[in-house]
Amino acid sequence: MRGWTRIWLLSPAWLTLAALSLAPVTIMLVYSFLTKEFRGGVAWEFSLAAYDQFFLDRGLFGDDPPEIEWTYILIFWRSAWQAGAATLLSLAVGLPTAYFIATRPRRERAAWVFLITIPYWVNLLIRTVSMKFLLRDQGPLNDFLLGMGAVSEPLSIVNTNLAVQLGLFYSYLPFMVLPIYAAVERYDFSLSEAAADLYATRWVTLRRIVLPAVRPGIVAGCILVFVPSLGSFLAPDLLGGAKNFMIGSLIEEQFKGNAGNWPFGAAASMILLTAVLLILLALARQRGREES
Amino acid sequence: MSEEAIPAVDIRGVAKRYGDVAALERVSLSIGDNEFFTLLGPSGCGKTTLLRLIAGFEDVTEGAISLFGEDIRDLPPHRRPVNTVFQDYALFPHMSVIENAAFGLEMLGRSRKEARDRAGEMLEMVRLSELAERRPSQLSGGQRQRVALARALAPSPRVLLLDEPLSALDLKLRKAMQIELKHLQRETGIAFVFVTHDQEEALTMSDRIAVMSDGALQQLGDAREIYERPRNRFVADFIGDTNLLQVSVEEVSGGRALCRLEGGVPLDCEAVEGISPGASAWVSLRPERICLSADAAGPQSLRGTVRENIFTGTDVVTSVDVGGGRDVAARASNSARGSARLFAPGEEVFVNAEEGAARLLSES
Repeated sequence: MRGWTRIWLLSPAWLTLAALSLAPVTIMLVYSFLTKEFRGGVAWEFSLAAYDQFFLDRGLFGDDPPEIEWTYILIFWRSAWQAGAATLLSLAVGLPTAYFIATRPRRERAAWVFLITIPYWVNLLIRTVSMKFLLRDQGPLNDFLLGMGAVSEPLSIVNTNLAVQLGLFYSYLPFMVLPIYAAVERYDFSLSEAAADLYATRWVTLRRIVLPAVRPGIVAGCILVFVPSLGSFLAPDLLGGAKNFMIGSLIEEQFKGNAGNWPFGAAASMILLTAVLLILLALARQRGREES
Repeated sequence: MSEEAIPAVDIRGVAKRYGDVAALERVSLSIGDNEFFTLLGPSGCGKTTLLRLIAGFEDVTEGAISLFGEDIRDLPPHRRPVNTVFQDYALFPHMSVIENAAFGLEMLGRSRKEARDRAGEMLEMVRLSELAERRPSQLSGGQRQRVALARALAPSPRVLLLDEPLSALDLKLRKAMQIELKHLQRETGIAFVFVTHDQEEALTMSDRIAVMSDGALQQLGDAREIYERPRNRFVADFIGDTNLLQVSVEEVSGGRALCRLEGGVPLDCEAVEGISPGASAWVSLRPERICLSADAAGPQSLRGTVRENIFTGTDVVTSVDVGGGRDVAARASNSARGSARLFAPGEEVFVNAEEGAARLLSES
């Protein structure tokens, strides 16, 4: 292909990347180094105040010797923990589900995938609120558990970490199921036959042959659930209550109304982005090592 | 195989149906220990199904399969002392060559070291020792094939099952592997059950061949027997090249049948059960057992016109129009002796069958 044709044909891809990926990140990066305006927005004056505020504690009046500020690091840590728990929960449910769908007869599979995606036609906010109704003390879950005699008094789930994890799990489950499904569907089941032929039980076959083969799908699913969970604010806000604040809520607050601090919100976003990129980089390097 | 020996694999009235579709219909056969046994047939004939039933990947619908006298019908595949070489090899992609080869022994509970030592010996046997640490994706087709063999042989199975293992290889490599497999079978002394659709491969390698079609066993015998004494039209047509000619049976006596070709030329054949005088039947005549002559050699000579000569390297095949829309192919070795008998297209010739070459075929 000649030079100009090539540039012309690639331009939609470049424009999309520039407009939807590079530009927003660049704006956030620039804003994080600016000075805050009192009624929201930024003043065009370079400042490290936002990062200073995130990591360092200089006392109430800002003139004490700086110490490490734990508040935001703890929020960050809690977010990672919540997102990690939600990811494990999604994996525990998503892997068998994906395996089940991928082993159905070919013509049934599309219907199963369709069923998995149906709830996602409903807005995320509505689904998260519904989750709250499901989980509350007088909700269907507690009615069921009480009716079964499994518990003697209602379980208080709303406003706990568990509620947030369940909310995140429900929000992002398809992102776990679909990549694993794609991997299992590509899996060559004659490998399982070969393993059985070589005296491996079903369990050993699953552990030693199937799981390593579908690992790329599992890794993709975990990333796709973990990353949005980490920055999520709907589930923690609606299901977690004030105690279970996550980094997404912190960022959201900085851009809402007049009380916000745009540079600080931008700085927190950049820190979150950096952390996620570091995780992805570590995974990619480990993968590269395994393949060589 | 002596009469009293317990067969390595004994298949008794085995049928396999998927819903209403029969993949296999009441097949019975015995495979002896130390035998190179081939299941031969076109695709869809049930040969692979039979192999999978022995391995345990499918359940039999009817009948019994035993291994050295022990009924294995209810054993899951991982408890059957047989190993399989798969058509596409099914090597574990995330394991190295030696890990692949050691897998079976590890599963049998051998120590890691013992399993690897034995796997190493197997790789040496298939001459792949220097590639032990490679991944299957880094190997050529022929090398993968040999890893699959080493992996299947490492646990010392009592029977080795091979599902069209050579079909993905190119011709030259396939020929080399045929010989190698045959040697391996002699060395290990275990029964090989080999599935193929390639009749030449089957004839080259096998002690005995079971020819299958439409889920049923058509003929069982050694290579020579199947080639020279095909039982029915399917076997005669499927194994090697042949001329199939319609005859009417005139007389059956003393184990011989006198047949007459259309046009009145007589043919003397061995009698076949179920074919009586007056019947119309088919006769198989192998091209290499036909010679052409300029003059009639006798009343059994068939008159015709040479259509063309096809040079195939080792042989020359001459196609002769004998009238009534029938062609007869005659094969002559491409040697001084053979070439001397060549006739040019358009020449008139007489087709003569060798003594005992005509084989009367039963209907089914």
